[in-house]
Amino acid sequence: MDAPARILQWGFIQISVPNLIVIGLMIAIFVLALVVPFPRHHGEDTDR
Amino acid sequence: MSARADANVDRSWTGALARWTDRKLPADRLFPDRQPAYVGSWVYVFGVCTIAALMIVVASGVILSFFGPQWWHVSPQGRFFNSLHFWSVQLFFAFMVLHLWGQYFMASWRDGRAPTWMVGVTIFAISIVTAFTGYVAQQNLDSQWIALNAKDAINSTGAGAFFNVLNFGQMYGLHVMMLPIFVITLVAVHVLMVRIKGVVKPIDFEETH
Repeated sequence: MDAPARILQWGFIQISVPNLIVIGLMIAIFVLALVVPFPRHHGEDTDR
Repeated sequence: MSARADANVDRSWTGALARWTDRKLPADRLFPDRQPAYVGSWVYVFGVCTIAALMIVVASGVILSFFGPQWWHVSPQGRFFNSLHFWSVQLFFAFMVLHLWGQYFMASWRDGRAPTWMVGVTIFAISIVTAFTGYVAQQNLDSQWIALNAKDAINSTGAGAFFNVLNFGQMYGLHVMMLPIFVITLVAVHVLMVRIKGVVKPIDFEETH
C-alpha cells in the first residue's frame, strides 16, 4: 500500500491502476443498477 | 376574493412563507409515502446513498475535530475515525458521480428542474474544494506535499492572494466550518427542490402512457 501506484499509458491517456479499478467498479455498479430488478412489496400499486 | 377578505391576509414575511409552503410543499409532498412506478429502479438509490455517506462524513469529521491531529494520527481510535472519514468521502464522491450519471442520462433538468440540476452542480463543485482543503489539512507529510505543489497552481490563477493553501488555519477553518455549511445547506435545498417538483418522468413516458 505504501508505494507509488502503477501507471498505465495509451498515447496521451495516462491513469493509475487504482483509479482505473474504481472507475471500472463504478461503471459496473451503474450497469447493475439499470438491469437488476428493484424489489417490490407483494400486491403494491405504486403508480399514481 | 373581496377587498375585506384581502385585508385580512397576513402580509408579514412569515405569513407569506406559510402560504408559499402550503402551496408549494404541502406535507404529503414533503414526506411522500408513495412514488410513481417508474421510480422503482436502483438508479434512484444513488442520491440517498450520497446523503448517507455525507452523514458519516460529517459525524466522523465532528469527532476528528474534537480530538485533533495528534489523536487522529497516533491513537488506534483516532486512526479508525480518520480512515472512516476518508473512506466515507470516497463513497460520497462515488455515489454522487453515479447519481450524476443517472440524472444526466435521464435528462432530469426537464420540465422546470434546471435549478435543481444547477444546485447539484454547485454542490459537486463545492465538495471538490471541501475535499481539497481536507487533503491539505491532514497535518502530515502528505498534506504538506500536496499543499506545496498546489500553491503554484492556485497562485497562477491569482486566487492565492485570498486562498493560501500553505495556511493551515485557513484551510482547516474552511474545511470544518464554511464549506460543510454550504454543502449541507445546498443538499437540503436540493432535496426540497426535488420534493417540490417531484421525480422527473422518463423521457418516453408520455408516448408509452
